[in-house]
Amino acid sequence: MTRIRLEFHNVTKRFPARKRIDPPVVAVQDVSFTVADGEVVSIIGPSGCGKSTLLNMGSGLDPASVGEVFVDGELVTRPNEHVAFMLQKDLLLPWRTIRENVELGLEIQGRPTQDRHRIAEELLVKCRLQDFIHHYPHQLSGGMRQRAAMARTLAVDPAVLLMDEPFSALDAQTKMVLQQDLGRTLAETQKTALFITHDLAEAIALSDRVLVMSQRPGTIIEEIRVDIPGRDNPMERRKSPKVGPYVSALMELLHIDQAVA
Amino acid sequence: MNAILPQASTQRMMIGSVLLLILFLAAWQWLPGLLGIPAFIIPPASKVWSEFLHMLANDRLVYHAVVTALQVLAGFVLGVILGMVVGFVLGMSPTAEFMLSPYILALQIAPKVAFAPLFVIWFGYTVYPKILVAVLIVFFPVMINVLGAVRAIDPDIVRLARSFTASRLQVFWKIEFPAAMPPFFAGLRIAATLAVIGVVVGELVGGNTGLGYLLTFGEGAGNTAMVFVAIILLTLIGIVLYGVIVFIEGRVLHYLPARARKTA
Repeated sequence: MTRIRLEFHNVTKRFPARKRIDPPVVAVQDVSFTVADGEVVSIIGPSGCGKSTLLNMGSGLDPASVGEVFVDGELVTRPNEHVAFMLQKDLLLPWRTIRENVELGLEIQGRPTQDRHRIAEELLVKCRLQDFIHHYPHQLSGGMRQRAAMARTLAVDPAVLLMDEPFSALDAQTKMVLQQDLGRTLAETQKTALFITHDLAEAIALSDRVLVMSQRPGTIIEEIRVDIPGRDNPMERRKSPKVGPYVSALMELLHIDQAVA
Repeated sequence: MNAILPQASTQRMMIGSVLLLILFLAAWQWLPGLLGIPAFIIPPASKVWSEFLHMLANDRLVYHAVVTALQVLAGFVLGVILGMVVGFVLGMSPTAEFMLSPYILALQIAPKVAFAPLFVIWFGYTVYPKILVAVLIVFFPVMINVLGAVRAIDPDIVRLARSFTASRLQVFWKIEFPAAMPPFFAGLRIAATLAVIGVVVGELVGGNTGLGYLLTFGEGAGNTAMVFVAIILLTLIGIVLYGVIVFIEGRVLHYLPARARKTA
């Protein structure tokens, strides 16, 4: 049996309401799922369904109200070195060069300088940014900046990568290139990832499984195993005739057709 | 700017600047006389120059200028340190800001130079009242800019650092402190000019040293040229301080795109 890397066990998250008399807002209701070693799982759902809340609980920044989150069997109570996250915004620090940005996590974790340089430079080569190591973020395009953010996330060698719509701010073509980069990198490094997106085709192209969430209070209403070969090559996978039926199934689950009518 | 313009054009601009300076000095020298303005209202440039030389020889001008410059420097440095520390503390603690903001606002609105007589009463004809006025006047632009910068930091950047298991101290040194640098330097530029004002007001109110003292002395003696000399030297002190700030800023904020930095 494969090892479980990330586990959500009956997790509920409530936020206090704006007015004190109102009942608290339930963002996520009784969510349970696991992500096995080397697996890539996407979560899709309508906006405001608590996808990002799940991610915040996974990273330990925001504790669950009820239930537990485990990473590598350890209960997550605060930020830890096993998890790293990546957002839609690249969050690169303008005063650091690209290499220094990639080294941020390693620096915080107190790794020696030589190690940091070596790891950062290796990853920047992988992310095809070797010519921009000493550039500043403002000198790079949006796609390059997001690739640098990816390198920064991978640099700390996390057991689980948490990604919150990392490509949604990019144009359609850049997005496909980065999806390809991510698919290949995840396969090469055999990383485990939880990927939040609202792009159905992206979810299918990149993941082994797709979890579908309902409207708030968000809960998992369906799990779909993506049975298309070549997860390491999202570009090819997109071309598979099986993608269409999966997208239709997801559209139905999310009631997208009803929203149009 | 020089990088963009062709060299010939830069040269022409330099010649233009020099010509303008000569024109200005010539106008200063002869125009008041031609318009019938007496020398005790606007002394001609040559008169101010000879007064300058006279003051160097007889009035310990260098001593007074150095006293003023050192007071400006002391007031500036202390005010900047205080402004930076308070700005960071208030920026990181909304509770502290909420509780202290009425006092800070009141102190900010109060004309700082009005404190000069009070400080003279407290500390007498020493360097302290001058330095204190400068500290008070320098404090605000620095504090407000640092406070605003800390507030403007994207909370997701802090969350990112925390997800990498950063401690509070690491978040400060790796995120908050460097993020505050551009507005901090904008505050320093304003503070550099204000520091001179603070010290001069302190010297005008009481004391027998510094360029501010020479201003009142010149006024009392009806020596307009002396007043001009003091004003020019005070301006020079301000320009030097401002120039040093711009130089350091260029070094520290080298990572900013060129167009963002060229605001001087």
